[in-house]
Amino acid sequence: MVSHRVVIQSEDFNVADVLAKLRAGDLRVGAVCTFIGTVRDTQLLSGKDADRVVSMALEHYPGMTEASIEAMIDQAHERFDFYQAHVIHRVGVLKPADQIVMVAVTSAHRGESFKACEFLMDYLKTQAPFWKKEASPSGEKWVDARVSDDLALARWGIEANNVVK
Amino acid sequence: MKFKIRYFASLRETIGLSQEEVESTASTVGQVRDELLARGGVYLCLQRDRSVRMALNQVMVNEDAMLMDQSELAFFPPVTGG
Repeated sequence: MVSHRVVIQSEDFNVADVLAKLRAGDLRVGAVCTFIGTVRDTQLLSGKDADRVVSMALEHYPGMTEASIEAMIDQAHERFDFYQAHVIHRVGVLKPADQIVMVAVTSAHRGESFKACEFLMDYLKTQAPFWKKEASPSGEKWVDARVSDDLALARWGIEANNVVK
Repeated sequence: MKFKIRYFASLRETIGLSQEEVESTASTVGQVRDELLARGGVYLCLQRDRSVRMALNQVMVNEDAMLMDQSELAFFPPVTGG
C-alpha cells in the first residue's frame, strides 16, 4: 500500500517498483491497470524538421496540481469500484522517450481499473494545471491544448471547458 | 480588498510576472479581469477572445466566482499536462 496518492516530481520513476508498492499486502487485488505517458518527437509524425523535439519543459501550479488530482481520484472512487489509484507526474525538463506521467489503479476485476485509469487520464489532461513547452531547433513553443481531450472527458458526462473561450 | 494574482505558462511570459499583489474594489473574478485588461499593453493577453482559464484559491472557476480578501487568483492558458 502507498500512503500518498499523488506525487509531482522532477525525477524519473520505476514503474515496477511503484506497482509493487501499490499492491503490496493487498490480497483483494486481482487487477492492476497502468497508463504511462511519454515524451514523443513530433517530427517522426509530421516529417517536418521544425517539429523535431529536442526537449520539453513542464511547468505546473504547485498546490493546485496535487489538490486537483486528489479531487479527481475522489470523483473516480464515486464512479468506479477500485481499491487504490496512484498518480505520478513529472515536471521540469524532459527529453524524447522520457516518462512524463503514470496512472495506476488496482481493483478486484479488470473492468473497473481500466475504466478508472482512463477516466483519471481524461480528467488530468484537461483539468490539472500543467503546461508543456517544446524546444525544437527553430525555437521554443507552448504546446496547444487539444479539443479532442475536451471531447474525451465529455464521454464521461463532464464538461472540460479547457479549450473553449 | 487585497488579492494575490498569479500567472502561469505563456501568460506569465507575456505579462513578465509570475505574481503580483493587487488592491481593488472588484468583487468577482471577471471584474478583476476587467481591471487588468484596462491596464492595456501586455495585459491584453487576458482578452476574452483568447482561451484563458481562471482559478480562485487553487480551484478552477468562471468569471462569476466571488472574491474574498486575501484570495489567490490565477490566470493561465488551457492546460496541457499528461
